[in-house]
Amino acid sequence: MRKLKHSILLFLTLMFFWILFTSLDIQEVTTGIIASFIIILMTIPLQPVLSDIKLNPKSILFTIIYFFVFLKELIKSNIDVAIRVITPKLPINPGIVKVKTKLKSPLGRVVLANSITLTPGTLTVEMEGEYFYIHWIDVTSKNIEGATTSIVSNFEKYLEVIFG
Amino acid sequence: MELFGAIITLIGSLFLFLGALGIFRMPDVYNRMQAGTKATTLGTILFLFGISIGHLECGCFGKIVVLILFVIFTNPVSSNALARASHFAGIKLTDKTMKDDLEKDNIENKGEEK
Repeated sequence: MRKLKHSILLFLTLMFFWILFTSLDIQEVTTGIIASFIIILMTIPLQPVLSDIKLNPKSILFTIIYFFVFLKELIKSNIDVAIRVITPKLPINPGIVKVKTKLKSPLGRVVLANSITLTPGTLTVEMEGEYFYIHWIDVTSKNIEGATTSIVSNFEKYLEVIFG
Repeated sequence: MELFGAIITLIGSLFLFLGALGIFRMPDVYNRMQAGTKATTLGTILFLFGISIGHLECGCFGKIVVLILFVIFTNPVSSNALARASHFAGIKLTDKTMKDDLEKDNIENKGEEK
């Protein structure tokens, strides 16, 4: 069942990219379908990672909200780092902090780690189980709870619904 | 539309420039990676987006969306791999560093193994 769900999601993703790359011409779509099936057959022995995604109306809505939250954070982070770079005094206060995540699924953790890397002044250095080690350009709280609240929680509440 | 695209491309290249300046100015590997990851991500996205809407007639909007997605997915992974490798290779953090949980925990793990 998990494999079937994974295969269907993988097929949709592959076809989405294929149509973006090419056009809606019937020959090209047929080629895409055949190629997608071959790729799915090759990935059946592997771990069905995409089956961690939950498919219900709430999670789809949250995916869209998450996209915009992520975009906002990405722009904020860029401006933040850019301002730090051009300020003559170089106002940085770096350190590596440890945070804890509630997410269980491997795919959810990967997405969370990537999101952390792309948001203001944080860079995931290492993942070990439910702990992430994060290089933070401006350390404001030194204990695990404080750092978790200010770095992870913002994304976690969306990803928890999407991936569980 | 072409002008609009050109302005977005210009903003994107400004971010790329700031990223390069950041790599030059930051004191250690990890902070440099911060500048190199973030500023360049938005820089590349804006750059590609500006080109795609400035030249709508080429029909490459979809391809550029794919490129942007690839940048978003791969940039953090590569910077994570670099940061992790440099930490395990024992590259020191700058003197301004407040704390280093990873260093502490690794020492603890090694102590348990002995």
